[in-house]
Amino acid sequence: MSKKTSATHIDRRGFVKIVITFLGTIMGVVIGLPGISYFISPALKAEKKDDWIPAGELESYPLGTPTLFNFTQTKMNGWERSSQSYGVYVLREDEKKITAFSNVCTHLSCRVSWKEDEKAYLCPCHDAAFDIQGEVIHGPPPHPLDEYQTKIEDGTLYIHLQEG
Amino acid sequence: MENAFKWLDERLGLNEIYAEVLDRQVPKVNWWFTLGSASLFLAIMQGVTGIFLTIYYVPSPDHAYDSINYIMNGVQFGWLIRGIHHWGASLLVVTVFIHLLRVFFYGAYKYPREFTWVTGVVLFLLTLGMGFTGYLLPWNQRSFWATMVGTEIAGTAPGVGGFILRVLRGGTDLSAVTLARFFSMHIWILPAVAMLTVGTHLYLVIRLGISHIPGEDE
Repeated sequence: MSKKTSATHIDRRGFVKIVITFLGTIMGVVIGLPGISYFISPALKAEKKDDWIPAGELESYPLGTPTLFNFTQTKMNGWERSSQSYGVYVLREDEKKITAFSNVCTHLSCRVSWKEDEKAYLCPCHDAAFDIQGEVIHGPPPHPLDEYQTKIEDGTLYIHLQEG
Repeated sequence: MENAFKWLDERLGLNEIYAEVLDRQVPKVNWWFTLGSASLFLAIMQGVTGIFLTIYYVPSPDHAYDSINYIMNGVQFGWLIRGIHHWGASLLVVTVFIHLLRVFFYGAYKYPREFTWVTGVVLFLLTLGMGFTGYLLPWNQRSFWATMVGTEIAGTAPGVGGFILRVLRGGTDLSAVTLARFFSMHIWILPAVAMLTVGTHLYLVIRLGISHIPGEDE
């Protein structure tokens, strides 16, 4: 058997190679791209939240001392309905000025807590401290504690939860 | 690029492997001889799509059904990945079985290929085992009762039946324990055994070559 190969003639082996490469590429793309999409799709969904959360009577918050208010929100994560808890430090400085800080440390999302004797929010994870106004005293956090918008209706304090 | 390949080839013998595996001599054959490759291709597809399914699937009675529901409706192309796995499973049983029939009717199991035949039969049984264990995993009514019946059938074996049934179910009842062990069998134990057996099967096919189509006088 002699092999004849030229620009116009293609032998059986060459033909099979081309067909396999062609079909293999198509199959790879048809499975591969949806595969990537399948893997990353939960990352592409961000649930939006925009709610005013009632935080009880304004009068129940003492003047001058940050007071923790906890609330939970339910959320679907994949196939599981889970409840997520939020902590808000409400600081009533006087009758008008109210600030609500998130208790999520701005460093790596551990929860801070107010220490009255040290007059600071302390984070247990990496020894960060924030002052009563949420400003960083020391430690690794890159910026002050996040604040929530607040409003008062009929003597009730509301906290604005916004996500996504 | 060429130099890099030469460097690797000198050490790994890639060209030799290619020549041994894909350039080996074969007799004049027909389309029935493609079923082994088809089965291998489908098995690899089952492996790939199966690995993808484990990203979301949870083998627990609390989550199995919901996690599959999420794959089908909440994840992009989840329907495709699961669809390929679902239909590929049936197709694999069919191709493996027709492959087995071809070898049987062409007498290709004869000397010196008896052991290739034995590994092939083991692979057929493993394929059925994969089908049986995979069927329970969606944890819906159909899979629950199919497994109830299947394990009950195993339980009718004389003498050891009750023991086999309890081993399969992990206790007397079809429970969370059953689901967990079927999952383990489905994704670890059976595939591991199957990979070793496929390796042996392919080694023997390459080592012994394949038999020609028997003539009228044989």
